[in-house]
Amino acid sequence: MAEPILALRGLSKSFGALKATDDVSLDLRPGEIHALIGPNGAGKSTLIGQIAGSVVPDAGEVWLGGRQITGLSVAARARAGLARSFQVSSLAMEVSARVNVRLAAQGRAGGTYRLWGSASRDSRLAAAAEAALARVGLEARADIPVAELSHGERRLAEMACALALAPRVFLLDEPMAGLGADGTARLTALLDGLRHEAPILLVEHDMDAVFRLADRISVLVYGRVILTGTPDEIRASREVREAYLGEEA
Amino acid sequence: MREGLVNLALIALLPLVALGAQAAGETYFVTLVTKATILALAGIGLNLALGVGGMVSLGHAAFFGIGGYAAGIAAHHVFAGTPVLGWPLTVEGTDQMPLIWLAGIAAAGLAAAAIGAVSLRTQGVHFIMITLAFAQMVYYLGVSWKAYGGEDGLPIYLRNQFPGLDTGDAMQFFALAFACLLAGVALVWQVSRSRFGQALAMARMNEARLAASGISPYPVRLAGFVLSGMIVALAGALFADLNGFTGPSMLSWHRSGEIMVLVILGGVGRLCGPLAGAMLFVAFETWLGGLTDRWQLFLGLVLLGVVLFARGGLIGMLAGRARHG
Repeated sequence: MAEPILALRGLSKSFGALKATDDVSLDLRPGEIHALIGPNGAGKSTLIGQIAGSVVPDAGEVWLGGRQITGLSVAARARAGLARSFQVSSLAMEVSARVNVRLAAQGRAGGTYRLWGSASRDSRLAAAAEAALARVGLEARADIPVAELSHGERRLAEMACALALAPRVFLLDEPMAGLGADGTARLTALLDGLRHEAPILLVEHDMDAVFRLADRISVLVYGRVILTGTPDEIRASREVREAYLGEEA
Repeated sequence: MREGLVNLALIALLPLVALGAQAAGETYFVTLVTKATILALAGIGLNLALGVGGMVSLGHAAFFGIGGYAAGIAAHHVFAGTPVLGWPLTVEGTDQMPLIWLAGIAAAGLAAAAIGAVSLRTQGVHFIMITLAFAQMVYYLGVSWKAYGGEDGLPIYLRNQFPGLDTGDAMQFFALAFACLLAGVALVWQVSRSRFGQALAMARMNEARLAASGISPYPVRLAGFVLSGMIVALAGALFADLNGFTGPSMLSWHRSGEIMVLVILGGVGRLCGPLAGAMLFVAFETWLGGLTDRWQLFLGLVLLGVVLFARGGLIGMLAGRARHG
């Protein structure tokens, strides 16, 4: 079996008496979409935070491409190749999607402390931003302020930011949330092809999309991974159904 | 672009008024225009931190004053014929502005790095208060530094010199200050469009986005804060030479507030906003100040109006909303 690109080893995080993440170990292998599902309050967001670097785990390790990144900042992890999309769109609202995406391309290209030249006229950054915007189908709306974009368009802009980072791993927190049928179809097709560029850890509530896309699914309940398996295995599991239906004995 | 035209008009207005006053034999007005020019430069510097980087610093008087003390201390030692430092190496005083500016800008840069390194660990109201607290520390250092005049400050009997100019001539000194302002405007314009400026602006707009893009917000902000403080220090050095005086008043929090007020009047984050703000400020101070001691009440009312009804400041009224890149 191929070496995992992203590996979580025994991650734990408690808030007071609440174990938000309880000894979670997960692998993300090359070329796969690994979906993370679970009922509300299962600890998905806390887990995402620990992978992205915004939440410090109490115990456990995060490995990216054979390198431990547990102690790195959010920015350092992004530089190491971890592209994260937020559950609630996190974009600069007063500027265009293009400016947001270009900054991601700039983060990828480096030269942050360059005081000369013009970032907006840099053809390399412009090309990277344009390509990312085109892949999510946002070219026509790329130059108006994000505040004037629809909710779905903002999700796409956020996705374009992740693409512009040309990462080794995508960490997507509910990218389908709030998208219409068109947007969901478009994003599903995009993610389907994207897994071959970089594997995707996908947190998603849209079960249709999850079962259509995922190579493997992990089910998180009360901070623990109760099962990892193929979509068929997950569908067949009594334990998972109980967790979702709240019939735990 | 309309804002570009407004900016050009504002920039042209300063030398036009100065030349007009000179032609009319009103040297006092040349001095006033020079004052507006220097305050505008300070505003340009603060605007880089406040407008571009979103750092609401109430401590920039520290950097303004450090620049002022550089001019005052250098002149003091030249006048007294004593060295600035006797040990471990001898540093003589100088009346050469380029050297004074270099020293003042370097000192302010170091101070800004130290103050910024601590202050930028906080945000919002905490950041405002901690920058204020640091500036007050520098203020009391100035008050207690008896060798350099303590509370009374230092007079600059003879304006410091600039190679090839007679700085004692009001018009030539104005030209020098105006050249510094132009350099400041050009610098902030260039920095804003650079990769660094884009990152600094994103630190203001959405810090999480900046970090997710692989750029650490803290060092970006710190670099912006230091650069901002250095520009303000140059303004401070010019201001001391304009007034022939440097003292704790240059370091006081009133001064920080004044610089911030003229940035807000002109339009936060607008390249030439501080020019408009400084001209309005000096005009108010001069004419209303001549009519009543309570002129700041009226300035406050104008400020209130700008904050409530014209978020883009004077530039916003003249040139419309900020352009979206």
